[in-house]
Parts: sequence; C-alpha cells; structure tokens
Amino acid sequence: MVENTVLHVADVQKNFAGLKALSDIDLAITEGKTHAIIGPNGAGKSTLLNVVVGRIVPDEGAVVFDGTVITGKKPHEINQLGIARVFQTPEIFGDLTLLQNVMVPAFSKRDGPTRMTVLRGLDGDTDIRILAEEILEDVGLAGKRHDDANALSRGDKRRLELAMCLVQRPKLLLLDEPTAGMSRLDTNRTIDLLKKIKASGMTKVIIEHDMHVVFSLADTVTVLAGGRIIAQGTPEEVRRDPRVQEAYLGGAH
Amino acid sequence: MDAILLQILNGLDKGGAYALIALGLTLTFGTLGVVNFAHGALFMLGAFCVVGVQQLLTLAERVRDPSITFFEAYIEQPYLVSWFGDTGAMIIDWVIPISLLLAIPIMLLVGIVMERGLIRFFYKRPHAEQILVTFGLAIVLAEIIKGWFGANPIPVQPPEIVRGSADIAAWFGLDANLSYPWWRLIYLAASLLIIASVFAFLNLTTYGMVVRAGMADRETVQLLGINIQRRFTIVFGLAAVVAGLAGALYTGIQPPNYNIGMEFLVLSFVVVVVGGMGSLPGAVAAGFLLGMLQSFASLNEVKSLLPGIDQVIIYLVAVVVLLTRPRGLMGRKGVMEA
Amino acid sequence: MDRAHTSSEPDTATDTGKPQSVFHRTSGDVPTQLPPLGPEMAPMWPPKRDLAMTLLFGIVVYTMPLWLQPFGAAYPDLMQRFAIYGIFAIGFNILFGLTGYLSFGHAAFLGVGSYTAVWSFKLLSLNVIPAIVCSTLMAGVFAVLIGYVSLRRSGIYFSILTLAFAQMCYNLAYSVLTPITNGETGLRVLSDDPRVVDSLFGTADMAVPRASIFGIEMAGMAGFWTCATCLMIAFIVALRITRSPFGMMLRGIKSNQTRMSYIGFNTRPYMLTAFVISGMYAGLAGGLLAVVDPLAGAERMQWTASGEVVLMTILGGAGTLIGPFIGAVIIKYFENIFSSLGDSALMDAFSFIPPAIEKWVVFAVSPFVGEGWHLTLGVLFMIVVIFLPGGLIEGFRRIGRLFRKGR
Repeated sequence: MVENTVLHVADVQKNFAGLKALSDIDLAITEGKTHAIIGPNGAGKSTLLNVVVGRIVPDEGAVVFDGTVITGKKPHEINQLGIARVFQTPEIFGDLTLLQNVMVPAFSKRDGPTRMTVLRGLDGDTDIRILAEEILEDVGLAGKRHDDANALSRGDKRRLELAMCLVQRPKLLLLDEPTAGMSRLDTNRTIDLLKKIKASGMTKVIIEHDMHVVFSLADTVTVLAGGRIIAQGTPEEVRRDPRVQEAYLGGAH
Repeated sequence: MDAILLQILNGLDKGGAYALIALGLTLTFGTLGVVNFAHGALFMLGAFCVVGVQQLLTLAERVRDPSITFFEAYIEQPYLVSWFGDTGAMIIDWVIPISLLLAIPIMLLVGIVMERGLIRFFYKRPHAEQILVTFGLAIVLAEIIKGWFGANPIPVQPPEIVRGSADIAAWFGLDANLSYPWWRLIYLAASLLIIASVFAFLNLTTYGMVVRAGMADRETVQLLGINIQRRFTIVFGLAAVVAGLAGALYTGIQPPNYNIGMEFLVLSFVVVVVGGMGSLPGAVAAGFLLGMLQSFASLNEVKSLLPGIDQVIIYLVAVVVLLTRPRGLMGRKGVMEA
Repeated sequence: MDRAHTSSEPDTATDTGKPQSVFHRTSGDVPTQLPPLGPEMAPMWPPKRDLAMTLLFGIVVYTMPLWLQPFGAAYPDLMQRFAIYGIFAIGFNILFGLTGYLSFGHAAFLGVGSYTAVWSFKLLSLNVIPAIVCSTLMAGVFAVLIGYVSLRRSGIYFSILTLAFAQMCYNLAYSVLTPITNGETGLRVLSDDPRVVDSLFGTADMAVPRASIFGIEMAGMAGFWTCATCLMIAFIVALRITRSPFGMMLRGIKSNQTRMSYIGFNTRPYMLTAFVISGMYAGLAGGLLAVVDPLAGAERMQWTASGEVVLMTILGGAGTLIGPFIGAVIIKYFENIFSSLGDSALMDAFSFIPPAIEKWVVFAVSPFVGEGWHLTLGVLFMIVVIFLPGGLIEGFRRIGRLFRKGR
C-alpha cells in the first residue's frame, strides 16, 4: 500500500523576539501512523503543534495538510479540515456536562463552523447523541455523562478532551503530553486507549516525555532540540542515535 | 488665535481632571487587578469632604444684626467669626485648601477600609463580579451622601483672592482679550503636581519601586519575602487619595452633588482603556489627549463642520483606539485580558 | 493496512446509516440499529419539565392582577412595567447569561425601540403590532452594527465598547438628533400626525391619540394583557434558544472560547447572533414602553439604565430562565412601592412593636425607604454579589437543598 503523507511541515521558521523557537523544521507525517515528537523542555515541541493548528503563524515556510496549504488559516478552519488537538492542560467546557462536552464538537463536525440551530431542541439530534454516548463509553466516562466536567479528576479531564477530539473522527489527531501528571495506572489505560485509536487507522502526532509511552505507541520518532530536528527514524534507530543520547536521553537510557 | 489658546487651556483643564481620576483607577488595575466601579464614588467623597468641612466651619449662632438698630433683627453668624473675628472669616474663606489637607488622611482611611473590607475578597472572582460589587458599592456611597447632604448641588467658593479671572493675554504680552478663571488654572497646576508626586513616589522611593516591581511580576516580588499585599493595600489608599483630591479641588469649578462620581466614572473608564489598562503614563497621556480633543471638538467651527462631534468625540476615540490598538495607547500585554 | 474497516471516511458513509465511533468494533458488537432508549438515553431535558415550567410561568404572569393584590402592586401601570422589564432582562440574559459577555450599553436598544415605536404611531398607524415589529427590527439593525464592532474585543474591553456606543446614542439623541428624538422634551404622538395607514381606513382622527390593537385601546388592563402576552412569547422563545444546539454552543463559548475555535467553530457569528437577539428583546421592551405610554425620551438610553438591566439579571440569577424576570419584578417593585413609603407608613407597619422601640426601628429603617430606596437596592445588590453570585434563584436552590437534607 502506498504511503500517503497527510501532513507536511515544510521549512518552518519562527522567531520570538529574536529567539529562534523553530528553525528549518521539515517534517512529513504518514497516514495511519503514530508519530512521536520528543525533546527536552523548550525544544519547540508545543510551538510546532501551535503552528500546525493555526495558533501561531510561522515567519517562513508552510504547512500542507491533505494537499491544502493551511498556514495562515484560522484555528476553526484548520479543525474543519480534519485536525483535532488535545492540549497539555485540558481545554474542556467546565460548566457543561460530559455529554454536552462531547456533543458540541460533534455538531461542528456535522454542521460546519457557523450553522446555527436556534429554535429546535437538542434532543432532535439523536445521531449526535448516540455518537457522543458511544465515545464516552469508549473512553470509560459513560457513567459520569450527566456530571459537570469541572468535577472530574485531572486524568478524567484529559480523557474527556480526547473524547471531544475523537468524536470528530479527525484525519489527524495531535496530542500534547497526553499522560503528563498521570498515575502509572492511568497512563497504562491511556496507552491502551491510544492503541485502540491506532488500530482504527487514525494518524496521530504525540508529544511525550514518557519514553515508555513513546516506545509502546510510536511508529516513527522525531527528536527536537533548540528548535531544530536533530534526528528522525523508528524508535529503535532514534534510541541508538548518538546525537540523541547526547542531547536528550543522556545516560538515562 | 486667542480662541485656540483658550481651548488649549480648557483642554488641559479637563485633561487634568480626567488624568487624575484615570491615574487612580489604573493604579488599582495594575496593582490589585480589580476593576473598581466605585472609583467615581471616591471622587465624589473627596468633593464632599470639602462640603462637610464647610458645613462644620460655618456652624452658626443667632446674633443680633448690628446694622439694624430700630428693631431687633437677627442674623446667622458662624461661631468661628464670633470667636476669632476676621481670622475666623478667613478660615471659612479658605475652606477648600483646608479641606484638602483633611481629605488626605480621610481618603487614605476610606481607601484602606474599602480594600480590606470588600475588595480583597474579590481578587480571585471574575471581573464581571468585581464590576458588579463595586457598582453596588458606588450606589450605596452615593445614596449615603444623598441622604446626608441632600440631592441638590452644594456651592463651594474658592478663596476670595483667586475667585476672579486671570488676564492671561497680558502675561504673554498679547493684545488679545484672554482671561481665564484663576481657580481653573490652580486646578491644572494642582493636578500636574499630584501626578508628578505619584510618579515620583513610584519611581524615586524604594517603596514605590517595589510596588512597581509587584505590578510587573507579583510572584517574584513575593518570593523575595516582601509583603506585597500590604503595599498594594496602601496603593489602593493612595488611589483613593488621588481621586479624593481631584474631587475636592473640583468643588471650586462645579458645585458637587451626590451623582458627580457616576458622571466622571464613565469618562475615566474610557480614559483608562484608551491609555491602556495598567499603564500609568498611558492614563495621564490619554487624559490630557481626550480633554484636549473634547475641548477642540466644542469649537463652533468644528461643530458646524461635523455636527454633534463634541458629544461623541471621546467615545469615538475610544472605539477607534480599541479597535486599532487592542491594549490602548500604552497598554501592557496580558493585563485584563482574561 | 486494511482500510475497509476504518472509519476515517466522511460522515455517515457507513452501512448502518448512522455516524460511527472511531474504534473498531468486532462485527458482533456493531449495533445494527439504534440502541434502546434506556434510562441513560433519556432526553437531556425532560420535555415535560419545560412544559410545566412554561405553564407555571404563564399562570404566574397572567394571574399577576390577583396575587400582586396583597403587595399593593396590582395596578396596570406597574404590572406593565414588570412585564416590559422582564422582557428586557430575559433578553439581556441571552447575551450575558449564556455567553458571559457583559454589555453595558443595552439601554441604547431600549431607547431605539421606543423612538421607533413612537415614529410608527406617528407615521403609520396607532396599531400596536406594526409598532413593536418595527421597534424590534430597528433595534436589531442597531445591534448588528454595534455588535459587529464591539464583539471584536472581549472582557472589559467589550463592556467599554458597548458603553461607549450607548453613550454616543444618548448624547446624540439629546443634541444633533433632536429632529428625530425631539431632545429633552421627548418624542410624543400628536393628534395631527400623518398616520398613513390609519387615514387610509379613515380612522386617523382622534382627539387624544392612543395606541390600540384593532380598536382596543391600550389603556388600563388592556395594556397589561398585551405586555403579558409579549412576555410569554419572549419567554418561550428564550426557552427554546436555551435548549437548542445554539444555546449549548453559546454556553460553550462562555465556558471555553479557545476550545470552541479548536473544535471548528467560528465563534464570532454565534456571538453576533446572540447579541442581536438580545438587542431585539431590548427593542421589543422599548417598543412596549412606548405602547403603554406613547412618549419616548433619551434618558431611557443613559448608562444607568443599562446598569439597571445588569442589576436585574444578576439579582435574579444570570444564566437561569426565570431569574432575570424575578430580578426585574423585584427592582421595579422596589422602585415603585418602596420609594413611596414614608415615615408615617412605617409607623403603621411597625405599630405592633412597643412605641419606645418602634421609634428606633423606624429611625433605622427610614433611610432605606422613600427617597432612599436606591440605598436598599445597592445594599441588596452587594449582598447578592458577595454571598450569592448565582442570584436569588441560586438562593432558592440552596434553601430547597437544605429542606431536602433536613428530611
């Protein structure tokens, strides 16, 4: 089967007040694969994701998604093309119930960015309701569907945010440290969940510090340091790369 | 020529008042991060310090009117005059300057009580709730003053010697006819003096510099083991003093009533936003800029060109500034953007 | 990789005919029909409860002449104002309660509505219906313009922008727009106005022009019934909006606007729609003010009037359906009843207390009534914001919970 490039980050540069946050980033993400980005703090990992989702406009270079240049597009336009993102600190609707949290993105996926259904009740949209219920079931939050999202634990909030992205069935899912601050048990549950997603063929980009997570999920790994790509390859290749060991893994592995 | 000079003076004058109120308002933004809708009420309280002192000083007894001899007539004579004669009359005449001295400790106390008693519970609450509770407080303060002093404006006279107008044209050797009320000139000078003192306090004293550091980065200053909270309380008191002095001085220009704070509040908020939230120089600059613009917009030539411009110029400028420079003229990043 | 079983194709392109989950389900697991509506699939809002709430609200509104009797508030002039400001507050709540954007300029729309209604009486017809339709639409036009600009900023900047626009409207209405607004005197209906439509039907001549619906003059109770009916319609529409997907998106914007844009919503059109709907409510309220008393003055646009509707909404409970109406009733009640209480009325009220103490009670209470009713309002308002940020509705809920626990 031909390997399709879903996302191509082409020669992206970004400076913040003279500081090079990203330089010459060239990255191709293959369809259906899980791609990990690792690197020390301040390496530019989150900045890279911000460039992809449209929060930051790069100084130079372009991002091409599915044949469309998305640099300069607004975040909601990029999402409508099929990119969903899980943030490092969960961005959820705290005042809404879990079910509503998941239904909102489902509406945007079905109806587009601006369609407004003002006078019809929510219960008319059975398809969205069922879909939301299923996703909540899949991430293991179905029992709390009528609770307010604010009441959730940190780990559950992350899972809810993941569900909000999954309900849109994005072509590309970006995850910013999905297991940071989680207990071992929660981390393993998240890994299982991410493996299930992988089996569905969804393309993923994961930023992660936890090497256990990286090596159990990733097909390819990119190592960033100081805003540059210093190595790319399969987890095994990257692990053996001396430059990576020097810059990041140090003596730990 | 003289018309333009007059408008410049008018503009500086208005600008002085705006800048003073906006300065206090932005001090509370910058230090405490609180949107204080009761700031106008502090202005009003300052004005009523003068009224209160005036009423105290003019407490009167009934004495026989010496000028009427063929029957018994009585007049109200202030005790001060009965006791001290001409000295007493002079004290009454100088009510505004005397009240200014009294207003400083009173307003400081009012500010501190307000911060400790109410505002500090709202640091962590949403801005909307801060606006609402201080709005409620503003109503309460205005109503208390209305209950005590009545709803009508109460005239207060500046001291006799500065009651007339200054012949400004003569100063500059112009042969134009340009005179300007003394008290307004004094108001302008006093507002410049107060603004300069506040800046001197913040920039030249160690205490003030710590406060400024705290405005920029509260956590770091706290890590240094400085009780920044106590200083911020004092700064709130200082803001109250600035507003109060502005109000007290203003009594010589416009007789105060209980509602004067509300009238100034809306304008001063616009000034603060135009200047940039949390920026002290911005507040002062915007105050004078808007005062000047308003003054020139009320020129007849301008009005005939753009009817109604004098009524909306300030708000129009506010809209344009907010849309083109979201943080105001000199606003810092990250202030009040939540 | 076997792509046949993945579900990354566009929506609903599956043989089960419904959107599918991302995950592989083994063929046995794939539900071929909708799951049964178990307890967990119960409707998100029991429709019966909404119906009951609407009915209850209707009963409360239409029986106002009865149950307000003991409070001494059952006269049409005051009840009309309850209904009108109820509409104003319910509309304001669609913006503030659902999206969290605090507008300090909603009185502008109230004023625009009033002026439009009076002009409709003057130029078209004394009939109420074209007047309130025109005022609602005209307020909507203003809301589109003001909202489009103001919504470019959020937080306090949005509040200041709306305030600035409202003050501009107010100042202009008093000065250069005098030909339209009749300045300080206020715009009123005159007997020699053209009234094009009315004169077509030959009903234009009237000694004292009054608004009417097909011959029923808006005097006394007729005015109240009209306002009450408008309030009912306004309430039902607000209920539908709150329960709609649109309402949920608005609450999403209030809760986390960043998240809204990263899941693909262009939030600004949503905000603008909410702003315009809420402005149209204000326009309707303003139109009705002109209906019950065909006079429009600029003071209706002053920022204190905008502050008043904020007070009503917060006092009752922002974000709730009934709260804003309760807030409007309480504030208008205070304004009318409390402000008319004097010391002698207080003496009567406290006559059950021994005279020696009574004097002191009256002394303590008197600053809060009559002229000082604003003081009561301010204190009440501060207490609500400090202790009950959810408003009175939140207070009722807490009391209800206490009772349930006590049992």
